[in-house]
Amino acid sequence: MLSDKARAEIQQLKARYPHPNSALLPALALAQEETGWLSPEALEEVAEAMGLSPAQVGSVASFYTMFNRRPVGRYLVQVCTNISCSLLGAEHIVEHLKRRLGIEVGQTTSDGLFTLVEVECLGSCGTAPMMQVNDVYYENLTEERVDQILEELRRQ
Amino acid sequence: MAEPILLRNVGVPNSHEIDVYVERGGYKALPKALKEFKPPELVDLVKRSGLRGRGGAGFPAGVKWGFLPKGVYPRYLVCNADEGEPGTFKDRVLIEHDPHGLIEGIAISCYACEASKAFIYIRGEYETGAQRLDHAVQQACQRGFLGKNIQGSGYDLDVIVHRGAGAYICGEETGLLTSLEGGRGHPKLKPPFPASEGLYRKPTIINNVETLFNVPFIVERGAEWYTSMGTEKSPGPKLFCISGHVNRPGVYELPLGTPLRTLIDDYAGGPLDGRPIKAVIPGGSSTPMITPEHLDVTLDYEALAGAGTMLGSGAVIVIGEGTCIVRAVERLAEFYRHESCGKCIPCREGTDWLWKILHRIEQGNGREEDIDLLLDICDNIGGKSFCPLGDAALGPVMSSIKHFREEYLQHVRGHGCPFAAQG
Repeated sequence: MLSDKARAEIQQLKARYPHPNSALLPALALAQEETGWLSPEALEEVAEAMGLSPAQVGSVASFYTMFNRRPVGRYLVQVCTNISCSLLGAEHIVEHLKRRLGIEVGQTTSDGLFTLVEVECLGSCGTAPMMQVNDVYYENLTEERVDQILEELRRQ
Repeated sequence: MAEPILLRNVGVPNSHEIDVYVERGGYKALPKALKEFKPPELVDLVKRSGLRGRGGAGFPAGVKWGFLPKGVYPRYLVCNADEGEPGTFKDRVLIEHDPHGLIEGIAISCYACEASKAFIYIRGEYETGAQRLDHAVQQACQRGFLGKNIQGSGYDLDVIVHRGAGAYICGEETGLLTSLEGGRGHPKLKPPFPASEGLYRKPTIINNVETLFNVPFIVERGAEWYTSMGTEKSPGPKLFCISGHVNRPGVYELPLGTPLRTLIDDYAGGPLDGRPIKAVIPGGSSTPMITPEHLDVTLDYEALAGAGTMLGSGAVIVIGEGTCIVRAVERLAEFYRHESCGKCIPCREGTDWLWKILHRIEQGNGREEDIDLLLDICDNIGGKSFCPLGDAALGPVMSSIKHFREEYLQHVRGHGCPFAAQG
């Protein structure tokens, strides 16, 4: 269920723009912040708050990679494998993460902590290879650094 | 360049805070612009400076501003901060380290274009950047550099930081507008161009972060100062992002017209571990790659066009010997296939086939005729797709076949990739 706070924020966002539809992406981001993903129910609630059809909201949500349309782990581990990162060993980082987490790309660990995905360029090419975990960038990765990061995240 | 202009605040502690920005001479150009210039005079100044769009296309910014239809309001200005061209990370540096420099540039540009509302469309992944911009907008409003009656001039400006949600196509200006209007990021047909009919079908100017960032310096120091740097047709300083197989990757500021070799050797510390260079992608992933005999080319719009490639976003990707070109190109094809918005058939189907064929060649299942088939598909995308994304997908494929056809054949004849894993 979308919280009352999020509903109120969506109404404020609608008033902020010259046209209320412009608030759709921020509204979807707000809804995702609450549950970590956009369930069909969440999409319907956003549609209702926005005054749009669920089909339109679903169509928009499905276009953008940052909107999760299925549950993800507490930590969404996103490894850039585009050119600059792959030139500097992104593939090894992915393989290492797969081994350490015991999952394939696209899967979530059984304890629900980590989901591993490969992503496109995140604008961190000068500090490659890199990964983004939820909102945080981790750059200049090595296998040892990845182990440290996983350990820190597990402790949190 | 002895003294950086665009990067002057980068590396200074708390450079994203307004006090530091003001202390270092910031927010002087905006009051000057409001006091000493009428909007058309500013448009004229930027035209005379020769400032060209830094997002990739290189279109003169002042000329673009001049396309706004007279007497039609409201007008909007959108700052394109949807940096996503692989290899490009310059706007992120400016946004995170000098958000007020961007806001000052936006405010002056909005005044010049007589826009009362501006949007900064920042890619959703740039969390730190978006937070810093939100904070900077708030600070600028408190100090009277944004909001109502800016510096007592009677000019009002509202700036909204709008976050994207992960789609490369939204860096294309009309895709960006559709996204900002709350839709899937599908490009719109041009004409009408956004300057006459853009956001909410109102006159809209869309400029890249770095482009807008240049404006305060031009106002403060003049068009003549600006044209004294760079080349005649490509004036001013430019940010270059260099990545891949070099010792010191990063963002460097150089005058346009600097030799590529100078950037690689003197700034980026030369090829990584002395490994010979195999190819260079000079302007972001979509620009055709060049081979080492072209390292003396100068980094400006005209010279790179002469070498059969483009300056693009200024993202130089250095590829060292030992790298499999087919695999690198396959990875780029995968990117364009993933980012194609699906609106038009040549791009949607074509980028998918490019990847499939490159993948089978890399896996050792290719046929000799696949190489020409790739070129045939390129021919069916080029100039036939709805927006520039389709064309962008072709640069790496066509240039790699031109320079490295033998390597493609090796994959086919040897039924596999002759190179070890990358990295």
